[in-house]
Order: sequence, then C-alpha cells, then structure tokens
Amino acid sequence: MNEFPKILSANWGKPNSAGIETYLASGGYEAARKALGMEPAKVSQEVLDAGLRGRGGAGFPAGRKWTFMPKDNRPRYLCVNADEGEPGTFKDRDIMRFDPHMLIEGIIIACWAMQANNSYIYIRGEFEEPAKILEKAIQEANQKGFLGGKIFGKDFNLQVWVHRGAGAYICGEETSLIESLEGKRGNPRIRPPFPPQKGVFDQPTTVNNVETIASVPFIIREGIPAYRKFGTEKSPGTKLFSVSGHINKPGVYELPLGYPLMNFINEVAGGMIAGIKLKAVIPGGSSTPVLRAEECQNVNLDYESLAAAGSMLGSGAVTVIGEGTCMVKLLEILTHFYAHESCGQCTPCREGAPWAAQIAKRIHEGKAELNDIDVLSSLGANMMGRTICPLADAAACPIIDFPKKFREEFEAHIRNKGCPQAKPFPVEFK
Amino acid sequence: MTEPGKVRLSIDGKEIETSAKATVLDAAKQAGIHIPTLCADDQLAPYAGCRLCIVEIEKMRGLPPSCATNVAEGMVVRTNTPELHRVRKMLMEMLLSDHPYDCLACAKNLHCELQKMAEEFGIRERKLRHLTRESVLDESNAFYSRDMTKCVLCAKCVRACKEINGVTAIDLSGRGFNSIVQPFGDGPISESVCESCGECVERCPTAALSIKKQVWPDKEVSTICPYCGTGCGILLGIKDGKIVGVRGDKNNPVSRGQLCVKGRFGAFEFIGHPARLKKPLLKKNGEFVEASWPEALDYMAEKLKPYIGADRFAALSSAKCTNEENYLMQKFARAVMKTNNIDHCARLCHASTVAGLADSFGSGAMTNSIDEFRDAELILVTGSNTTENHPIIGYRIREALRKGAKLIVFDPRETWLANQAWLWCRQKPGTDVAWINGLIRIILKEGLENKKFISERTEGFEDLKKTVDKYTPEYVSKISGVPEEQLFQAARAYATAGKSSILYSMGITQHSHGTDNVQSLANLAMVCGQIGRAATGVNPLRGQNNVQGACDLGALPDVFPGYQKVADEALRKKFEDAWGVPLSSHPGLTIVEMLNAAADGKIKALYIMGENPLLSDPDLHHVEQGLKALDFLVVQDIFLTETAQLADLVLPSACFAEKEGTFTNTERRVQLLNKALDPPGEAKPDWEIICELADRLGYPMSYPDPAEIMEEARKLTPQYHGISHSRLKGGCDLCWPCPNQDHPGARILHQDRFTRGKGKFTAIEHLGPAELPDKQYPFTLITGRILYHFHTGTMTRKSAGLNQIVPGPYAELNPVDAKKMKVKNGDQLRVASRRGEIKVAARVTEVVNIGELFIPFHFYEGAANVLTNPALDPVAKIPEFKVCAVKVEKAAGEK
Repeated sequence: MNEFPKILSANWGKPNSAGIETYLASGGYEAARKALGMEPAKVSQEVLDAGLRGRGGAGFPAGRKWTFMPKDNRPRYLCVNADEGEPGTFKDRDIMRFDPHMLIEGIIIACWAMQANNSYIYIRGEFEEPAKILEKAIQEANQKGFLGGKIFGKDFNLQVWVHRGAGAYICGEETSLIESLEGKRGNPRIRPPFPPQKGVFDQPTTVNNVETIASVPFIIREGIPAYRKFGTEKSPGTKLFSVSGHINKPGVYELPLGYPLMNFINEVAGGMIAGIKLKAVIPGGSSTPVLRAEECQNVNLDYESLAAAGSMLGSGAVTVIGEGTCMVKLLEILTHFYAHESCGQCTPCREGAPWAAQIAKRIHEGKAELNDIDVLSSLGANMMGRTICPLADAAACPIIDFPKKFREEFEAHIRNKGCPQAKPFPVEFK
Repeated sequence: MTEPGKVRLSIDGKEIETSAKATVLDAAKQAGIHIPTLCADDQLAPYAGCRLCIVEIEKMRGLPPSCATNVAEGMVVRTNTPELHRVRKMLMEMLLSDHPYDCLACAKNLHCELQKMAEEFGIRERKLRHLTRESVLDESNAFYSRDMTKCVLCAKCVRACKEINGVTAIDLSGRGFNSIVQPFGDGPISESVCESCGECVERCPTAALSIKKQVWPDKEVSTICPYCGTGCGILLGIKDGKIVGVRGDKNNPVSRGQLCVKGRFGAFEFIGHPARLKKPLLKKNGEFVEASWPEALDYMAEKLKPYIGADRFAALSSAKCTNEENYLMQKFARAVMKTNNIDHCARLCHASTVAGLADSFGSGAMTNSIDEFRDAELILVTGSNTTENHPIIGYRIREALRKGAKLIVFDPRETWLANQAWLWCRQKPGTDVAWINGLIRIILKEGLENKKFISERTEGFEDLKKTVDKYTPEYVSKISGVPEEQLFQAARAYATAGKSSILYSMGITQHSHGTDNVQSLANLAMVCGQIGRAATGVNPLRGQNNVQGACDLGALPDVFPGYQKVADEALRKKFEDAWGVPLSSHPGLTIVEMLNAAADGKIKALYIMGENPLLSDPDLHHVEQGLKALDFLVVQDIFLTETAQLADLVLPSACFAEKEGTFTNTERRVQLLNKALDPPGEAKPDWEIICELADRLGYPMSYPDPAEIMEEARKLTPQYHGISHSRLKGGCDLCWPCPNQDHPGARILHQDRFTRGKGKFTAIEHLGPAELPDKQYPFTLITGRILYHFHTGTMTRKSAGLNQIVPGPYAELNPVDAKKMKVKNGDQLRVASRRGEIKVAARVTEVVNIGELFIPFHFYEGAANVLTNPALDPVAKIPEFKVCAVKVEKAAGEK
C-alpha cells in the first residue's frame, strides 16, 4: 500500500481487522456515541459541510440527500447499496470484508441523522463472504449494544439487516434495489415519487452507497477540518479506487481526491503491465466515458477534473487499457454485459443493447458494413436519456464513445473484413 | 384563473385545462391530440416501457414519457416534432426487428396496434436485421392462445392480471431481450391460477394473446351481463345477425369494461345455440309437439280460467327477466289470476336479506354501492365466495386490499379471499349468530361500541345487550370452532377501523335461521355505527342479474311492487285503483310452500317463467313429486330445461340480448338493456307473452314497449318514482331510492336516518342448523356456485370453453377424509342424505374442512339439491341449502 492518508482503509492490514475489538481499539463507535449526543439535523449538516459526495457514482452530496427525508411519523429506512456490480468496481467489497464495523458505525450515524429505525444492507448475491462477515459484525455490534434498543442510552433503536441480492446488476439502481428488497422483480420505479417520499414498503427511504456511509464516522469523530484536509475544495476527503486492466498492481487504493490519474497509474499502481503503452482509461466504471491516453495526461481523480475531461469519477473504478487492445471486441464484451443485465422494461434498452452487441460482434468478425457504425451510433443516441433508469445510459456510453473515439479502428475492421489484430488483447489474463 | 384542482397547460399550442392529477397523455387525449403508445392503459398504473409516448416539455430535460409525467401549471408540451418522430420511428424499428412478419395469417391482422403504429410511422422496410424471440405456442386455455413470439413486452397483460383481477397468474420472467411473459414455472397457462377473465387478452396490442374463435364484429350493442347481480356492462359483437363475441363496456359505471370469464367468454354462445326453443311446445300423449302461438295461448287460457280467484294457481317469476317483465308477471298473478301466489328464486337466495334488513333498517338491499368497497379500511366478508361468484366485486375488494385495507373472512371454506385475508375465521357451518353475538359482546365489554350512534339512531339496544351477554368468547368458540383469540382480533379490528364494510351472501342467508343471521350482522354494524357512511354498511351481494329488481317490482307473495304489503288496506286500494280490479288481501305461498302445496294437491296449476326449480330447489325428489302432481304446468324459458321437460306447455321466450327493459343490480342500480338481435324462430319476449295471455283471460294488457310498462310500474313503486327509460337513455346513472324525476338516486342508504326511522336491534339467540351430522350421516354438506358456471347451468353449460374448464359435477373433500376413505382425486363418490343420493367425482382439497363437503349445484347429472334439506327459515321461508347431513362413500369399482 502507499503512504497516503488512510480514512477508509486504516484498519485493513491489521490482524482480525473485521473483528469488533480491532475496530474499538482504533476508536471505533466513538463517532456514533458522539453523533447520538448531537441533534439529528446537526449530524446531517456536518456531513453536508464536510463535502462528502455519494461514492456510488452519481456524486450527490450525502448530507443533502438525508435532508430530503420528510418530517412525518411514517417509519423510515436507510438502504445501504452494497450491490457492487459494475465491471471494474470492487471497492465496497473490501470495506465489508476488512472493516465491516466502519460501515455499521456509519449506518448508526446516518440512521440517527434521519431517525430511521431500520437499515437494510442490500448486498450483491455473489458476495457470500462479505455477507457472512457483515452478519457476524452486526451480531457483535448487537452484543455490544451499538445496535438494538436504547443505543448509547438514548431512546433510539436500530436494527440492521443484510439482504442478499439474486444476481441482477439492475438492482444496484436504487429503485430496482427497493423493488428487489420488497421481494419483487428488480425493475426500476418511475420517479417521481422519489425514495424519500415513497421508498421501501412505500415509506420514506434513503439509499446510500457503502463507501459513502463508511466515510461518515471519520467526519463525525475527527471533524470537518480534519476531513477537508484531504482532497480538493469541491471534492474533499479520500476515495477508494479499484484499478484493473493492463496494470502491474491491480487492487483497491485509498487516495485523496484530486490525485493525478497518470501518477496513480504509473506510480501507485505499479505502471503498465509488461511495459506496454497506455491506450485508454475508463476512469469511473464501465458506464463512464472512455478517455484516450492523450486525454488522460492532465486529469486528476476528482469529480470536477474528470467532468472537465468529458468523463466522470463514477465509482472510482479505473480500467486501464493497454495498446494492442481491440476496442471493438471490448465494446462487444461491455455491450453484451448490459444487454444481459437490462431488465427489459424500456424498449430502447431491451432492444437497443442486444442490437448494439450484435453489431459490435459483426464488426469484429468482419461481417459488417460501414453503415453499421452509424446504426451503432444512432442506437446509442436512442438509448441515452430515453429510459426510466440510467442502465441504458451506462450501456449507451461505450456504444456512443467507442466508435467516436476509435472510429479508425472500427472502420479498419470493416475494410479488413475482420479484426486487424491476431488477438484482441495484448496480454492474456488468467 | 384556473379552478382549484385544475391546471392549464399548452399542448401543441392548444390551451388545455385539466385535472391536476392527470398525466400529459391524459390531457392530450382529452384535447383530442394523438400520442402513440403501446403500453399505456387508462386502468393500469403507468409503465413507461414502450417509450413511444415521449414528448418534448419546455424546461424539462430529455424526452419524458407522457404516460408517466404529470401535468403542471403553465407546462408547454410538444407531441409531434421531427425529433420525436425520428426517435419514435427508431423505437418502432427496434420493436419490429423481433416481430414475426406473418401479418396475413395473424389473428389480429388489421386489428393489431403494432401494425397500425408501423403504418403511422410510415415504416415500409425492416432496417434492423431480424432478431428472433423463441417461444412455444400455448393453446391450453379454453378461450385464448398465447404466442409470445408476437409479444412486444408492454406488460399490459401482466399488469392487468395483477392490478385488475389480482390473481397474478402471469409475470415477466427472464430479463432484457429474453424477458418473457409466463405463468409460474412456465407450464401451460391452463395449469396456472389463471381465471380466464380475459383482461389480458382484451388489452394485448398484438396477437401475443388472441381469442381462439375471434370473429371481428360489424357492430356492437351495449347491454348488461345476464349472470350475477353485479350488473356489468357488456358489448355484444354482432356479425351477420349473430353474436360473435363479448367485450367489456368501458362506459359502464359498475364494471368500467372489466369482465369475468362468464361475462366475457360465456355470455353469448347460448344465445344462438341450436337447442334454443323456437316454437311453443304442447305435450300430447307424453310427447312434445310444436304448436302455433294462438293455439298455445288459447289452450293455456282455457286451462287457467278455472283457477282464477281460487288460490289454486301459482306463478314463478324470474330473476333473469327484466323489471318490466317481473312487474307484469306479478300483475298477472294478482290482477288476472286474483292470487298472491307469486314468488321467484329470491326466495332461495336472499329472502332472509329482504326480510331481515327490511325489519332492521327498513330496506332490504345493499346499504352502500359496489365502488365504495375500494375505499373501505376494513372489509368483513362472510358467506360469500366473492371472487368466484361476483368476480367484478371481487376485483374491487382486491383493489381495497392493494390499498392496504384489512380483510376479515368468516367462512367454513378456504376461499381465495380467506386465503388472502388478514384474518380468516373458519366457523362451523350454521353457527353465524353465535360468532356475531360473540363479536358484539367483546365490543361492548371493551367499550368499543359507538355510544352516540346507538343512543341517537337505534332502538332495542338493551335487549340486545342482555342477550349477547351469555355469548362469551369461550362459549362462542365452543359452538363455532373459531379460536377465542381470533374473535377478539376480529371484534377489535371491525369496531375500531374508520370505515368497516360488511359484505355477505348466501353463506349467511341460506339457513333455516337465515333471517337471524342477517339481523345479527345488522346488529353488529349498528353497535359500531359502521353504517350510513361511505364505505361502511351491510352489503348483501345478490346472486342473479335481476334478483334485486324482481323483488323490487313485487314478484313476492306478501308485497306489491316497492315492498308494499298486500295485507295493508290502503296500499292494496292504491293497486286496486291503478289496476281496476279487486285484489286478494292475504299473502300467497312461497316457492317451497307452492311445491309442497302442489304435492298435497292444493295447487293445481303453475306458470313458471325463466326458472328451473327441478335443479335449483331443495330436495329435488320432492320437487319432482310436486310438479308431477299438478294438473297444468307451463314453463316459459329459452331452453327446454329439466323443469320444462315435465311441462304440459312450453313457451319459447327471448333472452336478454333479444329484448329491451331494465335490470337492477345488487347495489340498486337500474340499468337499461338494449336489443341486439331478434329472438330465434317464433320466440317472444316474456312481457309480450304475458300480455297476450292476459288479453285472453279477459284482462287486456297493452303496452307498446317496456318503457311504457316502466312508466306504469314506477308510479306505483316509491323507490322507482324517478326512474324512467328516458332518464336512463339520457345517461342518468340511477340507484334507488329515486323519489322523483329530478332526483339523482342514492348510493348510500340510511345516512341521516334509517328508512324505517330508527335502526332496530334484534336480540337473537343462536339456534343452529335444522339437520346436523350424526352417526348415520356424518358429513356436513355445503352447496354453492363456482366461477365457471352459473346457477342451473342452463346458459353456461352451453359454452364449450366453460365446459372444458369444468365439465361436470364434483365434491370437494378434505384430504384427511379422503385418506380415511382411500379416495383419490377423480374417484367417484356416492353422496347420500335422508332425501336422496347422487354420484360425483371427488376433488380432494383443503378448501373444505375435515368432515365437510362442498358440491356446486350447477349439474343435473350430479344434482346437489337432491340432497339438500327443505327446512325453512320461519320468517323468510328460505330453505337451508348451506347445511345438511350426508354420508359419503367411494363408489365401488368406478373411476
């Protein structure tokens, strides 16, 4: 690991890092105790003032989201989105594996702020090990009195439940997550009404990403200036980055926001694999726009810098693509993923994604015509912003960008009647 | 300024004022602006899936779907820009890319919405290469086919099944492009919980769901369904002088276009059935021979003449016939034959309601309207298998449940509602007074009664209080078998809900103490003040399409039209003046009494219009004896029923589709019939036949049409004073009481005062059924109806599809009993009571309790009423169809 400040990953290397004793030894649950001594509204305000933005991809200010919960007497819920499923994203998994109590403490604070007495951790079905670790951690927290009734002597009770998903990427979308949690098919809901008005079981609900919630205890315990010491003015704090692809040291890294992308690739993550050249980076998960190597040079890993470069920080999943990678094949793989994961409700996504996957395959196999590139682009354009939920936007992103940014390569496939390269990827991954 | 609750917006430059709750699509439709859509439906929640209804809205990002976007003040909407056209066309190209191109051979050709849409967008070639959707054709349903290769995944079927019917027989499985609509487990639809209501088929934009025998009609005639008392509006589709299909009438306020399997698929085959009676039939030497009308009616007049004024004649009117015909039939009996021996099958279903509620409240009908069930906070259903016997009312209950209403069911059988109930109490058959008294006692002990209501609006409370005191939870539990805890739960929930509605049917009325049961429910409602307000009340669901009207119009032995007592001199005088003849002052005989009197030789001539007592009445062997002992039996019907076969003269009549008139549904709503066809052969409407007969008996009856009959009837019937055909034709939506021509009718009865003044509490002791199981006859038999057939099957059993689903008689038997008797599903059972014996197939199911048996009474070949007990309720004279003792054994060597 690196020499950067550790907020989220501070305990990761310690023996039995997931155990409650380890967490307590590092000052764990002090933030929750402190928060429960504060006015709930004050807690939300602290989180807002700390500048914590949603780490699931959209980057919405977390403290503000909490204030959307209506002030009525209905039961209310916090749903923690642990349905981490975007290709390239695997940061939340490590929080849950190595320091589940940080998440639980964050949940206690967030629930206090919103006065929610129940919280569901909706965890990706494949995350069997993290789910077990979480359940154990919840049990420990219950035994210590951090969950259950009369927490820290306050008239406040909280139950936390782990709910395992059944294997659909769409359930990472917050309203589909809610549907799935209710035992229904994971289709998105039409908004409005938004979850704070009508969420789980039609009651007020906030959905937050694991990393967002896990960032909360530090803010409460150490205070706003301590948090704002890291990162930039508009993107304060640290963030977990999961890096994968043609890189020497793939894995999860905690960095202050605003860290230069190229430094991350070349220094922190050990540089390009086998010395090959960088071709492109998908900086925030497969649904964020791809950047060509030359577009990456002066980009920093924060919300604003990546937006200025025409992409997004997203979930912080940096996919490093080396020279020698066939972008047509990559598009086919990505698009196949989205076609497979579309819920099927909206025509553009249900029909568009498989069509795009089919065309990409056709181009790669040399069975396409020049016109197919335009059909691809128009399919993408007809998916973007045309559906109930953002899955189609995510799918449309590479469908639009790849042919635009690598048009040469697409045309070469058609001229060449097949992939000009002997193999689509420069390095075989095991 | 816009009105409150309204907003103004502009669509395509047109200024529109509309409800603030409307969607942009609604507003456009209202303004006559077409927006294409495949997945939007007025009656279903927005789905926003097809995306064809996208529009441009100023100050809104992207292209929002108009079906899921609410209107807002000052909104500026464009529905038809080049960009929208381009996007929609692309969507259509995507949808068409996986659609089979077999339009010419398709059941929906020229009626397919996808086809119309392709035309609208000028699509003439397939731009995207073909992607195929694989699926197996499912022809297992009796009425419709499923071909999912033609599905556009608009999910209207799935949503209709869930949001309208509520059974959720189908859902989307798979995802993305591989999404497919399937029943659970992807078996044939016929093996699913599908009730074949056809709400899905009706909505499918393509031929993914299509009616098997689809013939597209040239015209449609709006009329009222001939089956249960709900009174759904149907559109009879006509082509080449034949009825080729039925659709729901969306303009009907009761059903709003929704129908059940009988209404949609089983309400027309019988109309043009070859077995319809076409000429009068005279029995000569034991054989029927055809006769002309003059011959038949002269003969009939000749035979009836001797019985005028002698009370040896009786008439059975019909809950299947119109109000006008019932009015004439009772007038015929009273004014022409000078007898009050007039009754009809209400005696067999809700006589105890009419008697009981009239005594308690002053009005023997539903106190509230059907739509109000949707708004109830708690619904207490007892003795009603609503989702099978009044399916559209069942839909309303399902709607209430989805809105979060609590459902309590008291029923010995585990009906669909029992299964879905918040609380299902399985009482022993015939113990209703006990549990109701028990609930009242708990309510009083816990102080949950409505003291203000009791003191201001009721009388007789002290007696009730004294009587119910001995009905302790322990005592009631012992009698009824309902656990004490459940009694507490039910009592507390019913009393404390803001709006509690009681809904009951024949499980309450068809007992030798049916009137007691009904009045006990009335007591319960009044104790809690759960009556006289919206979505509360005591609501008997009437069984036949016009059983309410037949009662209202006086086809009863003790009352003239409008429940005016024949024994009351002033009232009788009113009718004597109107009809110009002296009238009998003593009440006549009820159905079962008539047939007993016939067996005893006291009734010699019987005129039956549209009834089939030889299948519908209790103790059929005795009924047969009675009918055979008559000197003269005339049956006027649309088919040669079991009863008609015994007649001396059979007169062919017109069915509901072939005549005009009105039906009154269970919520007292009077609805017009429209004639769609001429009757077959020489068959005539019942009212014409009665008139011609009366003429021959020296009492001329001359009406140009049913509207004129109603003019006479309404003047004599206070509840109907303001109800005329012309008002109904003008679109008035009238529930009685409607005291004058300007009155809007009444949905809710007893709002400020009860019809009789104060509500009357009746102190009632539990008595129990007339016949209980014993050593010799150890089982309790319950009879009733099922979803797929109606009454004596005269109409439904002419439907091939309904017969395919339920071909014949059966008995539900609990698995525990079945195991003891070594009986398997489908084995033949011999079921015997003290009155007779039948053979039926066993249906082994936990729907019935151990020691109980349920047999539907629709089937002549296994007629449940051979077994039933003719023990009568002392007040209402309704027989005890719901409880009798039987023995059951496996019929040896038969399968």
